[in-house]
Amino acid sequence: MAADTEMSGTVRARRSWRDVDLRAVAPFVALALLILIGALVNPNFIGITNLANVATRAAFIALIAVGATFVISSGDLDLSVGSMVAFVASLMILFMNSGAIADPGMMIAAAILLALVVGSLCGLANGLITTVGRIEPFIATLGTMGIYRGLTTWLSQGGAITLRSPEQQALYRPAYFGSILGVPVPILVVFLVTAIAAFVLYRTRYGRHVTAVGSNRDVARYSGIAVDRVRIAAFVIQGVCVAIAVMLYVPRLGSTSATTGILWELQAITAVVVGGTALKGGAGRVWGTICGAFILELVGNIMLLSNFISEYLIGAIQGTIIIIAMLVQRSLARKA
Amino acid sequence: MSEPAAGPGHSLLAAERISKSFGEVQVLFSVDFDVRPGEVHALMGENGAGKSTLVKILSGFERPSAGRILIDGQPVTLPQNGAAEALGIVLIHQEFNLADHLTVAESLFLGREIGRFGVLDRKTMRAETRRVLDELGARIDENALISSLAVADKQMVEIAKAISRRARIIFMDEPTAVLSREETALLFKQVRRLKAQGVSFVFVSHKLDEVMEITDRVTVLRDGQWVKTAPTSDLDGEAIAQLMVGRELSSLYPAKDEPDVDENVVLSVKGLTTAYVKDVSFELRKGEVLGFSGLIGSGRTELMEAVAGLRPRLSGEVLLHGAPLAPLAFREANGRGLAYMTKDRKGKGLLLDEGMTANLTLQSIDRHVRHHYLDPASEARAMARAKRRFDIRVRDDKVRAGRMSGGNQQKLLLAKIMETEPDVIIIDEPTRGIDVGTKQQIYHFIAALAREGRSIIVISSEMPEVIGLCTRVAVMREGELVGLLEGEEVSEQVIMRYAAGLKRREAAA
Repeated sequence: MAADTEMSGTVRARRSWRDVDLRAVAPFVALALLILIGALVNPNFIGITNLANVATRAAFIALIAVGATFVISSGDLDLSVGSMVAFVASLMILFMNSGAIADPGMMIAAAILLALVVGSLCGLANGLITTVGRIEPFIATLGTMGIYRGLTTWLSQGGAITLRSPEQQALYRPAYFGSILGVPVPILVVFLVTAIAAFVLYRTRYGRHVTAVGSNRDVARYSGIAVDRVRIAAFVIQGVCVAIAVMLYVPRLGSTSATTGILWELQAITAVVVGGTALKGGAGRVWGTICGAFILELVGNIMLLSNFISEYLIGAIQGTIIIIAMLVQRSLARKA
Repeated sequence: MSEPAAGPGHSLLAAERISKSFGEVQVLFSVDFDVRPGEVHALMGENGAGKSTLVKILSGFERPSAGRILIDGQPVTLPQNGAAEALGIVLIHQEFNLADHLTVAESLFLGREIGRFGVLDRKTMRAETRRVLDELGARIDENALISSLAVADKQMVEIAKAISRRARIIFMDEPTAVLSREETALLFKQVRRLKAQGVSFVFVSHKLDEVMEITDRVTVLRDGQWVKTAPTSDLDGEAIAQLMVGRELSSLYPAKDEPDVDENVVLSVKGLTTAYVKDVSFELRKGEVLGFSGLIGSGRTELMEAVAGLRPRLSGEVLLHGAPLAPLAFREANGRGLAYMTKDRKGKGLLLDEGMTANLTLQSIDRHVRHHYLDPASEARAMARAKRRFDIRVRDDKVRAGRMSGGNQQKLLLAKIMETEPDVIIIDEPTRGIDVGTKQQIYHFIAALAREGRSIIVISSEMPEVIGLCTRVAVMREGELVGLLEGEEVSEQVIMRYAAGLKRREAAA
């Protein structure tokens, strides 16, 4: 059967596959293939526990990558997200340690609110620097990447910032380790955030404007779209997504340091690109992004469970994946 | 078989029965053309007459579909992509082919650097550059960066480059379009000097006065066909204009409805000035179709983009329905019923990677929002309406805009603009690059919109189009509104005279 599709595929592909957008489907096919490979490598892999574990660990990157999907769709790039995670988390823990609010429940709620505000402000800063300051997003966020990281190092004085109150820890713990109806909370959060993001991107005026701005800024401008506002909002959404990831990160370890979130920006961008969103902007694929984040985590998991590749090569493998993803994207684009 | 005899007067370069088609569109029909040593030859014709295509074929950037090219009487196949420079044939593009970050000397020797053992011999190259520039009498520093040069100097560098490569024929596509009067005079001085040394020039130009001044012979093309080649001294500006247009208007155009003189003025522009446009004033009445004619680069698009609020204006006032419109308030103008349809449908009009519906509703998306979310059914209804109204024909409704034909793209763009339900519509080049059948349809859409009481400004470089559609025609030249024609005056000859600078409106009028 495989030979059959290969033989006729090239000729018939254009007609019969016309309605199927290969670029949208490709990441899900890759995910299915990976799961198949995983199952062959190690029977434990396919177990619910292992897969749920993988999904939970992918949650941080997935959430950040959802925000990155907006930024990348609108034609920009945010390299500062990894540092932003560390910065927002540090401020959040410092605030919780300050004892400003006595009731631990209220304190956690206030801390979450603080994280969301700080996250949006960090995103706003990125957006204003790129649009009003007219600096290439690559450079602008490279700068803020250093700033957020440096502030974190300064806040922690080079060490770690740890949540002190055991009461707060106990109360906050379920936000990462808990589960509702048997589904781990992080997975629920990821799906909820993704569903909202997909709705915003595909079913609101703003989402349409993001696509327009990302695929051609001139067309957007000549269509009366406030291009800069759309771009800034995408950066703010990215900041909010980072804050949501932090909300799950803090209860997990209860601690941050200067090395928190290092290279997460690359993983987030990889997830977005593997998910089928073009790096040059345009159509964003939120569900594809989630799929990309799972793929990255799955590859690591499979490497751990198998014995023929050292897990120290994970970074190299992930690097390879992004290159392959780009090649696949381009070859599919050429056919389309 | 028989040796082709050297033609009368000995041609350096000759083209015989050249035809060219792009896909199914034939743009050149068996055109003859020749260049003699040491002559300046003008190639003239309306936009779309095929001048640029012929120039590209003669300089090796395009291949002819039929016909042959002879150099010194010998049939040749010109090497592609600028390699014809080796044969002494150089094309100076309208947008210069210079890298901003190189110096003048580096530009001159780009691709054929002098060096020893892979190390550049800058001294020799600088000295040689200086020699060529001195020979041209150009006071340009050989160490200056290209980006620091004035446009005229860049052109001079291009010429120096051509000379240093021993050019025998230099093709120039509208060389003076970007030059001031003084710069033009300087250029012509150099052209005469080089001509005396036996270098030939082919000028593509619209400027009749300059053609009369500098050229020895004129060849006129019309609709891709050769019309006449004659010594310039045998012709005058009037005669050339006549040769260029001499065509009858067909039933391509719908009947015109002239608005009443006492109709309301819907758009009033007073003393509008931008970086290029100088002090333009005009009024548009309800139900009127006002044409803007002029040569490419005459400032029509810049003027209208400033009116619509897409470009900054330095001074002047725009009144929409009697109320002032702030500069750069394109969105506000949109909301108040003014729409601008760009001529660049691929670069500024449509999202080529998106489908038809996303494009159609992009500018009017608010109309499809229910409780903060988009209503795809409402968008689909709009798409169905637009397809009927503007006769958009596609086999697959999900087709990306980039894969539609030019005509359907143009209809989709018009539909997109009309979705905002504007009553003042500025249409920039309504029929650029589309087939004649679709052209006719678009003309009828425009006439129908005017009959509905909407007011329309049509910018067009195709003169028959403004004449066929518009009751009044404004003519622009070098950023100024030089004529506002009505009634009998609206004719190709009169427009051409204004556009080419042979005539201008009396200050009082």
